[in-house]
Parts: sequence; structure tokens; C-alpha cells
Amino acid sequence: MTIKNSKLVLIVSFFIGISGRAQGDISGNIETIFQYLNEDTLIGAIQPPEKALINSYANINYRNSGFKAGVRMEAYMPRILGYPDRFDGAGLGYRYVGYENDLVDVTFGNFYDQFGSGLIFRAYEDRALGFDNMMNGMRLKLKPYKGVTLRGIYGNQRLSFQNGENRYGAGTVRASDLELDITQWVPTMEEKQMRLNVAGSFVSKYQRDNNIDLVLPENIGAYGGRIDVGYKRFFINGEYIIKEQDPSQDNNYIYNHGNAILINTGYSKKGFGVLFSAKSLDNMSFRSDRDAALQDLWIGFIPPLTKTHTYNLVATLYPYESQPMGEVAFQGDLFYKIPKGSKLGGKYGMDLAINFSTAYEPIRRTTGFTPMNETRVAYTTRLFDKSDLIYWRDLNVMLERKIDKKTKVKVSYFNILFNNDIMKLVQAQGLIESHIGVIETQYKINRKHSIRAELQGLWTVGKRDRGNWATLVVEYNISPDWFFSVIYQSNYGNPIPENQVDYPTVFVGKIWGATRLQVGYGRQNEGLFCVGGVCRFVPASNGLTVSFSHSF
Amino acid sequence: MKLVTFLILFSVLPFFGFTQDKHQNLLEKTIPGVDLKNLNGQTINTANISNDGKPVIVSFWATWCSPCKKELNAIHDEYDDWKEETGVKLIAVSIDDERTKNRVTPYVDGQGWEYEILLDPNSEFRRAMGVNNVPHTFVIDGSGKIVYSHNNYSPGDEDLLYDFITALAEKN
Repeated sequence: MTIKNSKLVLIVSFFIGISGRAQGDISGNIETIFQYLNEDTLIGAIQPPEKALINSYANINYRNSGFKAGVRMEAYMPRILGYPDRFDGAGLGYRYVGYENDLVDVTFGNFYDQFGSGLIFRAYEDRALGFDNMMNGMRLKLKPYKGVTLRGIYGNQRLSFQNGENRYGAGTVRASDLELDITQWVPTMEEKQMRLNVAGSFVSKYQRDNNIDLVLPENIGAYGGRIDVGYKRFFINGEYIIKEQDPSQDNNYIYNHGNAILINTGYSKKGFGVLFSAKSLDNMSFRSDRDAALQDLWIGFIPPLTKTHTYNLVATLYPYESQPMGEVAFQGDLFYKIPKGSKLGGKYGMDLAINFSTAYEPIRRTTGFTPMNETRVAYTTRLFDKSDLIYWRDLNVMLERKIDKKTKVKVSYFNILFNNDIMKLVQAQGLIESHIGVIETQYKINRKHSIRAELQGLWTVGKRDRGNWATLVVEYNISPDWFFSVIYQSNYGNPIPENQVDYPTVFVGKIWGATRLQVGYGRQNEGLFCVGGVCRFVPASNGLTVSFSHSF
Repeated sequence: MKLVTFLILFSVLPFFGFTQDKHQNLLEKTIPGVDLKNLNGQTINTANISNDGKPVIVSFWATWCSPCKKELNAIHDEYDDWKEETGVKLIAVSIDDERTKNRVTPYVDGQGWEYEILLDPNSEFRRAMGVNNVPHTFVIDGSGKIVYSHNNYSPGDEDLLYDFITALAEKN
């Protein structure tokens, strides 16, 4: 028996052991995505030599009387198209054991966690994107007194999954976080509908100095605090993080400190909500290996201050990505329900949502600095000190109205300015501005049958980049278990006539409670797709895609 | 080989008799305990979710998921009737991460939802509940067991959910 087989037998006997003798709860899920691909040079889709690709996952969690354990088996044979090349083979990708009660919660093995907004520490999984920086080590969570939560973490981060085995990054991550919920100590605060929550974090990474030219710091710390204040329906929260000297490939081995601030404030009442967010950061690439690149081994997470769009053309063509090396960004939102019975609101009222977001390059002052002298401190910056170089701007307005008992209409407009010199996503250089309009209608034929259609148009100013696009989506739903949909996307306005490509796709799906089977065929542009009631990211392809998921 | 030791250990562990109600089916599940915050910043352990013996709907959603919002808005239109007839309570678990988490309060209030909202920004509860994608809707009966699980939303699903909850409430 090979070692791999013996492992499998043990895993099986583990669960047979559980089910045979003791009770407890088992939960988990299975997900499989299969692709059979055709070659399609027009959209750059290549047929891999294997022709058929598959990603498969099985998560199994067990818990009983405070004891918990779980595994995730993963298989990439080989991985589906567009999935990061960090995944290969089949095997055990995640395992943990732990115990918890009201005082302690301890986990050994693999785990995910996040401190505050994640700026200083976030280990998470986004399977659709192929992102997974889980920890391998131990975590202790202690609740010694009401309102007090202390967390301590020690471990290495997952870098890749090669030949069915996890590979972890070179650096060790040590992290701790103390959170105080003051509201629980002051009884009058709750009566007055006030809340106050403060916390502090310290994260340190260790990596041996592997550079022959420079004396690199081996232990690098980052620290910061956060506060969350609320009064009735008003809130303001913020987090500020400082990162010590962290010379890395990302920052070209400079010895600057990094810093980041994130502030959110909002007010809402029934039928009305406003939100404003601001973010300023510099030199905040924080990874557990100084030589890492791409999406590898991030310790911190920089949330993009932009709305997550769901219409295909809006979400997929010019999306914004956070710039960990530096950005100054703002976002504002307004939600308003135009009242029932008013002229605009009609019988059912009308929803209005406006969102604005923008991001700029921070100013880096280099006067008085000799580039790369012995201190290797390259410049100074100040919070919210922005230059005129714009990275991104997005203004969008959405109106939604129920016409009668059966019909709903939603109209949206988006204006997006995208700096491709920074984002480097497409061929065109400089700023690309686009106008996007979407009309969506839904008609409920009867209690079980309904039809939904979307018409989307995108026009780039001056026909820049790939010019104009249109997408038509028609979806027929039979509640609760069937859906059929057709998506027809066309790059009809591409300035290069040979590239005026059409992307037709059909989908059929069947749902049995917590089990879904979905079959799609056609040519797909990459991006976030929402089909048959579920959203996920899909890469560009031409061929057959079958996805199956089941929860238990 | 470390892994083998690990597995041997945990193949053997269950035999040390964690005893519970002998009649409980292994796949009859209760809600796992995860600490989540509500919109008032209070920490709620999901294992404590209950509704005085009446059913609870737990619905996973996100501000960027339009089918999820459609489902919750469709239920919202009838929620008062549902509460009155069945005593049901709906808990909407947002899986919005840091990028969009702050939009939850203004959106929920903008829509006038009266649901209990929990925030699951790092998908901890989502993982524990075995949720692949949103929307995913569960119903928990009066004794805390998960008795309904549905991973989709099509218009009309809310009627079936209503029928299910009505039947469940009548059983009690």
C-alpha cells in the first residue's frame, strides 16, 4: 500500500469511526467544476492537451461537545482554465482539529481568520478566484471577561498546492489582537443605543535574511488600532496600521515604513441610508515572503473602495483592484426608497441607489532624499495627500420599481474612468472612460414560472480600447428547481473589425434543495457571472462547463 | 508521516465515547457556533440562535448578489403576515467582506428590512454551514434542527418556503 492510499484509508476510517460509535454533527459541501474545452483563437482560448479539466473540493467538518475537526480534499486534474497555476494534483488541502468552550477556542492545523478590516491580517479563501492564504499552525482565542476577546496566532501561510500537497511560505507569521467591547461594561450605553468597540493588533513576520547585498530586517512588525462608534443609526469606524521597515521585491527594497488608514461612516433610517468611506495608504504590501509576487502570501488585505458590480459588462471589463503600494481613495453611497403613493414612487415605491468612488496616486516627496543612500528611505508621504494622477472613478445610479404585482423594472447607468497604465489589464494605454446602461425586467407568469431579461450596453469614449459592447440575457425560471438561460454578448463596436467577437452561451440548471447541477455551453468572456440565482467568477473559455455542488 | 499520525489520532478519538442522544441521526444537524457581529456591534454566537420553539429562517446573502436581494425583498413584502401566522424569524447572514461590509446597514435600512442581520466578513459561518454559493436558505425548527436547505432563488421560491414554514408551525 502506498502512503497516499494508507492516508485515504485512515481518512475513511476516521469518518466511519465517528458515524459508527459516537454522535455529533457533520457538515460540509462538495463542489466540482468540469470543463471540456474547444480551441478558440479569436478569444485566446486554447484547448489544453487533456481537453477536459476539473476542479473538485470536498469539505467535511465534524464537531461534538466542543471538539471540532475537519478536512478538505482538493483535486485539480488538471485545474480549470484561468485558475492560478498554484494548484495541481489531488490530496488533502486543509485539515484542523480544535476545541472550544465559553472561555477558550483553540485550533491546530489550518485555519482562516481576520483582524478588524483585515489591513493588518487576513487569512481567507476565495475559491472562485483561486486565492487561499490559509494559515498552518495554531490559533488561540480567549474570552477571559465579558466584552474581552484575545486572539493569538502562529503559523506559516499556504503558498501553493503542488502534486496534491500543500506548500507553505518561507516566513513565519505571529499575530495577536485584543478587542474590547466597552458597550458591555457600561450598562447605560446600551439603553442610550450607543456602542463603542476598540481594538489593537500586533503582527510580526520572521524570515531569514537571504540577501547578500543588503542587511535585511528578519523580524518585521506591524501594529495598529481600530475603533467602532455607534449612536442609534449613525456609525463611524476606522483603523490605522503602521508597518515597520519591510524591504521587499514589491517596494524595490526600500526601508520606508508603510501605513494605512481606513474610515467608514454612515447614517441610515427606514427608507434612507448614506455611507462615506475614505482610505489612504502607502507602502502596504505586507507578505510573509519578501520575494513573493502576484497574489502570493499576503498577510494583510487592502479592501478596494468600490462597489462590487454584478452586471456582466460592468463587472468584467474594467474592474478596479486595490494598489497596495499606495492609493488615496474615497467612496460615497446613497440609498433612498421613494415613498409609496408619491408621483415618482407609484403604488409600491421606487428604490434609488447612487454610488460614487474614486482613487488617486499619493504624493511622494523626494526632496532631500538621495535615492538609495545608506538609509534607503526613499521618500515621505502624508495621509490623504493625493496627486492629480487618477487611478479610477465610478459614478453609478440605479432605479428599481415594481410596476404591478407581476412586473419589476430596474434601470442603471454607470460612468467608469479606468487608468490602464496603473491597472495594466487591457491593451490600450492611459485613461479609458466608458458609459454603461442596463435595463432589467422581471415578469412573474404565475406562482412558479417567471422570466427575466437584461439588456446591457457599454460605450467607451472615443471608441478606445475594444470599443462598444452589448449583452442580452434571457432567463426562464421554474421555481424551485429549474432554470434555463441564454446570454448573448457582442463586442460589435470593436475598432478592429476582426475582433468584433460574439459570445453566445446557454445554461441549464437543476436544483434539488442544497444540490445544484448546472450545464453551460458556449463562448464565455471572463468575469463575474450571475446565472440562475448564484454569482461566481468564471474565466474566458469556449466549450462545455458542468458544475455540481452539494451541501450537507 | 505527520499527517498519518494526525489521522490515526482522530480515527481513534471518536471511540472514547462522546455520548449524546443515541437516537440522533448523524446528518440531523444543529447550527454550529461561530461568533458573528450584528449591526449594533454586538457579538452573537450562532449556536444560540433560537426563537422560543418557533422556526427560524437563516438566509445567506450579500449586497452584491442580486438574486439574494430579490429573495429577501420578496419575503420582506410578506414578512409581517409570515410572522403573525407562524411566529417565524428571519436571520440574514451577510457574507460581504471588508470591501462591501459597510454598505450592509445603509442598504438594509434603505430597504426597510426588519430582519436580524449578522455579518460574516471572513466566511467563517458560511464554511461551517457548508454553503458553496449565495443565496442559500436554511430553516431551523423549534428544536434547533436544520430541516430545510435550498441553494438558489427563483421568483416563487418564497411561496414554497412559506408553505414549508406554515406546515412546520402547524406541526408544533
